[in-house]
Amino acid sequence: MAFDKNSNAFTIGFAIVMVVVVGVLLSGVSLGLKEKQNLNDDIKKKMDILGAVNIQSTRDNAIELFDQYIAEAYVIDAAGRKIDGNALNVDIKKDFRDKSKAETDKQFPMYVCTKDGATYYVVPMVGTGLWGPIWGFVALESDFSSIYGAKFDHKSETPGLGAEIRELEFQKRFFESRGKKKINFGGTKLFEVVKGGAPAEWEYQVDGITGGTITSKGVEEMIIRTFKVYEGHFKTLKQ
Amino acid sequence: MSTEVKTAEPKESLFSKKNKKLVTDPLSDNNPITIQVLGICSALAITVQVQQAVIMSLAVTFVTFGGNVVISLIRNIIPSRIRIIVQLVIVASLVIIVNEILKAYLPDISEKLSVFVGLIITNCIIMGRLEAFALGNKPWPSFLDGLGNGLGYSWILVVVAVIREILGSGAISFPGIGQIKFLSPEFMASTGYMNNNFIILPPMALVIVGVIIWIQRTRNKSLIESH
Repeated sequence: MAFDKNSNAFTIGFAIVMVVVVGVLLSGVSLGLKEKQNLNDDIKKKMDILGAVNIQSTRDNAIELFDQYIAEAYVIDAAGRKIDGNALNVDIKKDFRDKSKAETDKQFPMYVCTKDGATYYVVPMVGTGLWGPIWGFVALESDFSSIYGAKFDHKSETPGLGAEIRELEFQKRFFESRGKKKINFGGTKLFEVVKGGAPAEWEYQVDGITGGTITSKGVEEMIIRTFKVYEGHFKTLKQ
Repeated sequence: MSTEVKTAEPKESLFSKKNKKLVTDPLSDNNPITIQVLGICSALAITVQVQQAVIMSLAVTFVTFGGNVVISLIRNIIPSRIRIIVQLVIVASLVIIVNEILKAYLPDISEKLSVFVGLIITNCIIMGRLEAFALGNKPWPSFLDGLGNGLGYSWILVVVAVIREILGSGAISFPGIGQIKFLSPEFMASTGYMNNNFIILPPMALVIVGVIIWIQRTRNKSLIESH
């Protein structure tokens, strides 16, 4: 070959061509698979919402069960007023990341579930763990305080430590293994994730994860911040 | 890490003895995991379930031979000063493609493998083969070398996963493809076996890999390093 492949010009040229080719290729792949991935994400969201009201679903039956159990899905604003909008289309993770967006401009989805004659209110939430975002869904009973179910997930918490928030064992601490916990609306602290165990008689505290303190505190912060927004809305629902 | 750089003869048949050796060597006497001790991190992390191990193996094998072929095709025009960056870009692109495909078609497994798919980029086996083999060889031998090393990685992963899933969970299941239970939990329980949670934890994978290395070196004494 007549050119010097180690010349500066060729090196820079090679790098530019490589980046362009790779960039085009990857955007193509990403765009091509986007629709399928979005559908998967929607199904996952529905599975999580159903999980929060203790209904186990699979990817195959999630859409069907969601339509069967979720009676109503709507959006509220930061002041707790019901507004127009599709709850499933509200991307609370994106809103949470977007620091330029004022709290008052954000929308908050709400899912109302009817199961065996009872009504449950599922509240989605998002927060920060140790390494990345964490999120979850907490279902309250119709007294707007008792926790009926909880489902948490994370992006990149440490396996065996913070990542345990994804496990049923941790989630059951909110409503089963040590009594039914409550959100302390009107109290000094809405909810607390504590170290060293939370016995059944502690109504507003749940035991955190050993070795996952920052993630546990992230869960606490997420629950408090989110329920503060929904508090006003629950008051209007109670009336 | 093996640093030998062989050059293929021009008129060699596709499945000559030398080419076959490229595939078979990494399966046993030059296995990337047990002999070169590369790619251990992912071998420990995702061998709790066989299905995860199989998908991870396919992903790594695809990236090893894909990366090898691409690098081999452009080996004569890669400026040597930026060759490591070029290798990284190629490997990273292949990994992103694998990750996107998994997200679209196998979302549950993609979720379980989580960061480990992205970490294929840093798997030493891949960069090792690109640097030691693909840069100096034609595409076909490079393909075989990548395939061999990918498969060498894969069989260790699958064997470790089979042992861990049977002893740790009492059964092997393949959700999505249909549940294939080799040993039912009831059968395991009736023989008095209790699921051993320790097997599920990463250190046990290290022990199992250690046992495989032990067996391999007992069978072939020439693999034992002399000091």
